[in-house]
Amino acid sequence: MKKLMTCSAVALATMAGGAYAQTNACLITKTDTNPFFVKMKEGASAAAAENGINLSTFAGKYDGDVETQVAAVETCMASGAKGILITPTDSRALVPVITQAREAGALVIALDTQFEPADAADATFATDNFKAGELIGQWAKATMGAEAENARIALLDLNASEVSVDYQRDNGFLNGFGIDIKDPTDIGDEDDPRIVGNDVTDGSPDGGRTAMENLLQLDPDINLVYTINEPAAAGAYEALKSFGKDEGVLIVSVDGGCPGVRDVAGGVIGATAMQFPLLMASKGIEAIKTFAETGEKPQNSDGLDFYNTGVELITDQPVEGLPSITSEEGLKKCWG
Amino acid sequence: MSETTKPGHKGQDYEQTLDRSDARVAAFDRGQHSPLERVQHVLHNNPTLVPVIVLLVSLAVFGLIAGGKFFSAFNLSLILQQVSIIGILAAAQSLIILTAGIDLSVAAIMVLMSVIMGNLAVFAGVPTGISIVIGLIGGVAAGGMNGWLITKVKLPPFITTLGTWSIFYALLLWLSGAQSIRGQDIDANAPFLKIFGASFNIGGARITLSALLMIAVFLVLWYMLNKTAWGRHVYAIGDDKEAAQLSGIRTDRTLLSVYGLAGLVCALAGWASIGRVGSISPQSFYEGNLDSITAVVIGGISLFGGRGSILGALFGALIVGVFRSGLRLSGVDVLWQVFAIGWLIIIAVAIDQWIRRVSA
Repeated sequence: MKKLMTCSAVALATMAGGAYAQTNACLITKTDTNPFFVKMKEGASAAAAENGINLSTFAGKYDGDVETQVAAVETCMASGAKGILITPTDSRALVPVITQAREAGALVIALDTQFEPADAADATFATDNFKAGELIGQWAKATMGAEAENARIALLDLNASEVSVDYQRDNGFLNGFGIDIKDPTDIGDEDDPRIVGNDVTDGSPDGGRTAMENLLQLDPDINLVYTINEPAAAGAYEALKSFGKDEGVLIVSVDGGCPGVRDVAGGVIGATAMQFPLLMASKGIEAIKTFAETGEKPQNSDGLDFYNTGVELITDQPVEGLPSITSEEGLKKCWG
Repeated sequence: MSETTKPGHKGQDYEQTLDRSDARVAAFDRGQHSPLERVQHVLHNNPTLVPVIVLLVSLAVFGLIAGGKFFSAFNLSLILQQVSIIGILAAAQSLIILTAGIDLSVAAIMVLMSVIMGNLAVFAGVPTGISIVIGLIGGVAAGGMNGWLITKVKLPPFITTLGTWSIFYALLLWLSGAQSIRGQDIDANAPFLKIFGASFNIGGARITLSALLMIAVFLVLWYMLNKTAWGRHVYAIGDDKEAAQLSGIRTDRTLLSVYGLAGLVCALAGWASIGRVGSISPQSFYEGNLDSITAVVIGGISLFGGRGSILGALFGALIVGVFRSGLRLSGVDVLWQVFAIGWLIIIAVAIDQWIRRVSA
């Protein structure tokens, strides 16, 4: 046993020596709590191992932890990283440090969340969150049919700071449902009488439950619920159940986490729009490899200021004219 | 004495003017107190009075603004239900703050124990009852660890619980894999975990067992703090630890028991939260520690220890719930709810400071 350990220690030392010639890269995510980023980290680590890239990973302690992310970028620069994959926890605050990293010669790719301005990074690999919202909005409208005219809509958003993913999904949903959204970067400026109200959930089931209860107090006849993500949707369902309204209310969501897809199968969520964190991560690693070898930078999708990693509608009640996959197929693709 | 001042009494010449003199016995100075100072005295003797008044006034004000939607039996019982988990956490927090400590790890202990109960009962096939007992014992152990570090290693409570907050939080991420346990899986494998979500109706009100648990926890702790020697020791330690030690109280042992008990209450909150939330999510109640401190402070319990009634924390939690619900139903944007709670905290502490000056 001891001998084996010595051998592996030697092997490790040799590998470390070999790593000198390897490409160094960093992945900096928002938190280690959200399964979305946990999965993204797994995907990046796997792709890095495949492509022979030496990947270091970092994460903020909470959503909005700018200091930790800045320190992580600095550490990456110090280690001579060829590429940095980052989900900026604040679209503006991280621009200066990212600019320094680019000036030092690193390829910077934003994952999931865009910088403001988007071209602060060399590229962005992200979900089209507006499109994701639109898909579930269109599905809800088609499913309700003529009743859509009498919909009573509850909107369960993320938090009071109205970050981009929050307003993009919310407005995308309303747009897909055929409601005039006015300012597409503002939540709650709509005046359509079918909207009962907005409340915030922090993207968690306890927040989802409380928010749903509050909105049901405003109007007990709510029959369509948009939720920022699937944990919030699960909480909203609990609130509806406790009000004896678990039948006849449509819940739609965005994310595509495995518990969420199982909730689609179980009839809790009517439809959800799945995004692909693993794809963002592996595309990012490949881009760094290409950049290290040829100096070539990745291109954006046509008509967008980011590379769209795609979004897919998951539902067991498909509607005509709207491509979707079943929860069974979704379970094979889901993350977390 | 009264005989010498009887009118008409014939005595010596110099005694003739006696009946015009002041006949009162020595007394404390009373006449110079303004009504405000008298209010200050009353509040000093009844620290729970402020939150009770604030609660009643806010109920009345929101009843006027938001009308029947707010001031219905159903909505009021809903508020009780919504504050139940943070309320139980606030009870645990009150115990610690009464000893002049602070516990930043309460919410982490709570969520960690709910994850442990869920993992054991739903995935590992352990009987639900045993899983719950293990979770509750885990709560005592986690709280006891805080207490041990504070009393034996002599670390300040703030630093200790700042550290254990991170430790417990990391453990819960590890145990849960940052994944939530779905409500449907709990229903299928361990429905008893969700017992505190059960409810019954009285008139228009819906009372959940978690709300009853919260009230029971407060009443039991109130009894322990006010009617037992242990409780008086807790107050004495919070007021002046050295004086308590010099008068023969075993301060370390009492403090250890306070932290252990607080851990148990947190674990109870964890169990109740499964019923309330419906699922077990490691992302729940991330700000629970701060929410519990908010409730305690608004409830008039002094952060300097030794003063205030634990029932104040119950009223503090209810005030926060009433403000959130009332502002929501009046159609006020979320950020103004945050704004209002912030002012509530500052005003509550300002009043506490003002009341404390009475003895100076």
